[in-house]
Amino acid sequence: MSTMANDFSATRRLILKGAGVLTLIGLGIVPLDVTKVLAAANDKYPEEAFKAKSEADAIKALYGKTPEPSDKVKMDAPEIAENGAVVPISVTTTLADVTSISFLVSENPVALVASYKIPAGTLPNVANRIKMARTSNVVVVVEAGGKLYGVSKEVKVTVGGCGG
Amino acid sequence: MASTIRVRATSSGETTEVQALIQHPMDSGFVKDSKGEIIPPHFIQQLIFEHDGKNVFTADWGGGVSKDPYVKFAFKGAKKGDELKISWIDNKGATDTTTAKIQ
Repeated sequence: MSTMANDFSATRRLILKGAGVLTLIGLGIVPLDVTKVLAAANDKYPEEAFKAKSEADAIKALYGKTPEPSDKVKMDAPEIAENGAVVPISVTTTLADVTSISFLVSENPVALVASYKIPAGTLPNVANRIKMARTSNVVVVVEAGGKLYGVSKEVKVTVGGCGG
Repeated sequence: MASTIRVRATSSGETTEVQALIQHPMDSGFVKDSKGEIIPPHFIQQLIFEHDGKNVFTADWGGGVSKDPYVKFAFKGAKKGDELKISWIDNKGATDTTTAKIQ
């Protein structure tokens, strides 16, 4: 085949690439934004909720509503945690149509610790290990059938897991 | 390189119980080192479990999850011998992926 055609297409590609980059710069789009958009496309990470200091702000950022108390959510947490760096917390619920379960620690510098998406077919039972800066309420929020339910339990911490 | 992800997925007929343990520092960005300098945040943000091309569990994590994080959940619709794909991405863009056979 002729090298002319190859040269032509290569040059053409370069020009197009250059033009594309220039357009991006012209619009003031920096590479950081591009990666953010890519991350958002893939089951997006709730960045804002994980920046919120207070538990109320985090829940609002995550769900846009406030939870109501429920006796159908059972949280298993220790009364006293000797090591705040590793506090085992688990939750089970008899609520139907659970879509999400989140764990928050009121007194942590960032209240939201973990948020789990529960698709249909996955059981609404989650166990994990979290850090606690000091004695605090641990809050578990369950989203079920479009409604929000919450339970809270105080866990006493003798050695903090977030302090310096 | 050895995987950072250790998974045990066991089927008991209808449901499959999954336990995962991941090696990661999970630095929150609030802790100081011995010299009094802040250790910059370095933690897993998202951990995804897929079975048969379908998302069965997604964990969104902050710096408040303990070092070398552990999580346990259970789902329906899988059988012994099926594959479970696990992948994570942290706040620095590092990732790891592994697949485990359901036992």
